[in-house]
Amino acid sequence: MIRPATVLRSLPTPASTSRSFAAVAGRSFHASASTQLATPAEAKPSQIKEFKIYRWNPDTPSEKPTLQSYKVDLSQCGPMMLDALIKIKNELDPTLTFRRSCREGICGSCAMNIDGVNTLACLCRIPKDTAKESKIYPLPHMYIVKDLVPDLTLFYKQYKSIEPFLKNDNPPAQGEFLQSPEDRKKLDGMYECILCACCSTSCPSYWWNQDQYLGPAVLMQAYRWMADSRDSYGAQRKEKMQNTMSLYRCHTIFNCSRTCPKGLNPAMAIAKMKLEMATES
Amino acid sequence: MATSIMRQSALRRLTKPSILRASGPGLMLAQRRFVSTENLTPAENMALLNTQREKRPTSPHLAIYQPQLTWVASGLNRVTGVALSGALYLSAMAYLLHPVFPAIDSAHLVQIAHDLPVWAKTSFKVLLAFPFTYHTYNGLRHLGWDMGKGLTIKGVYATGYTVVAATAISTIYLAFFV
Repeated sequence: MIRPATVLRSLPTPASTSRSFAAVAGRSFHASASTQLATPAEAKPSQIKEFKIYRWNPDTPSEKPTLQSYKVDLSQCGPMMLDALIKIKNELDPTLTFRRSCREGICGSCAMNIDGVNTLACLCRIPKDTAKESKIYPLPHMYIVKDLVPDLTLFYKQYKSIEPFLKNDNPPAQGEFLQSPEDRKKLDGMYECILCACCSTSCPSYWWNQDQYLGPAVLMQAYRWMADSRDSYGAQRKEKMQNTMSLYRCHTIFNCSRTCPKGLNPAMAIAKMKLEMATES
Repeated sequence: MATSIMRQSALRRLTKPSILRASGPGLMLAQRRFVSTENLTPAENMALLNTQREKRPTSPHLAIYQPQLTWVASGLNRVTGVALSGALYLSAMAYLLHPVFPAIDSAHLVQIAHDLPVWAKTSFKVLLAFPFTYHTYNGLRHLGWDMGKGLTIKGVYATGYTVVAATAISTIYLAFFV
């Protein structure tokens, strides 16, 4: 809102003032154009799409979760599901609650179940078909804090339990750990994980056994450190997986790889871990 | 220079109020708070968190997840496995009842199967052949995965549809032509 004044201060010469005044006036007018113009310059045909969104409020815990319907004009909305959610929160219902941050698929905050598939709302295009409604649920089989916000406490605890950091008792005498390009390549497709929990909460095994089974996201990170040539605790890391629940509840279902919004393959990492644990040691 | 400053301040007087008018109400609206917060001690905070945790619902899962070849095939593998082993154990243990029901012996069972109408025999064979062939082929798929083969989405879908096709063909063959 201060910008027009800033522009004024930088006016170069009196001669150009009148021209710049027009520009500035135009700009200050433009800034509030949406509120002052009755109709936009080019009115696009409106495309009303219905969104059905899971709602639950912790302040009224006895009320059952419901699907609430919102109608959004797609011609006045950005292309992604997150744009629609933000539009609904801004214009229709400020009580709608969801996590979001980066809006470009790197923070993993806006993970949710959209039209039956776990994905990031910011990377999911709104289907153009306005005849069919879109259903938005929180990540499946999680405790719900409010609306689309799941409780990820256990997920983060599980991640902590695999000690996701470099462990090596013999650091190089000077300088840093060195790694060959081939060894570095083994980490590709694993280190990119943003821990959005889409894969873990798409896994039926994780649904039924999340109190003991670690789930695809955490297991892939566990293997990411086993596969790191600079880490010397691979054997101990594998030893921790030697029980029926932590790792072996994975039944190679592949929902995780199917749903990963970053295109990673947790199922393959877990299969490699199983193979290594069966053939080595 | 002096005139330029004069003009600028004149400009400011001209433009500024209008800018304020245009943006003022919007700004005010954005800054007004509809919710007030209250101070809680850490102990009260934990108590509130725990009462909320107690009542948190579990979000919907199986019923709302899109049917995909991945988990539908896996679920079917489990169901057919349970059905096959269940059928094997139950039919084997049925012989234990032979002293009570002398009709339960192999000769009688063969006679019963012989006397059944064709449609009943065929449906029974479909009911047996489908889980048996599906579970066998999908088991091979699992062995491939355990050896590190076909661990991509492309591989999963290619082998998945192969298993479905092979199951359909061999079920029809076993039920109608054997």
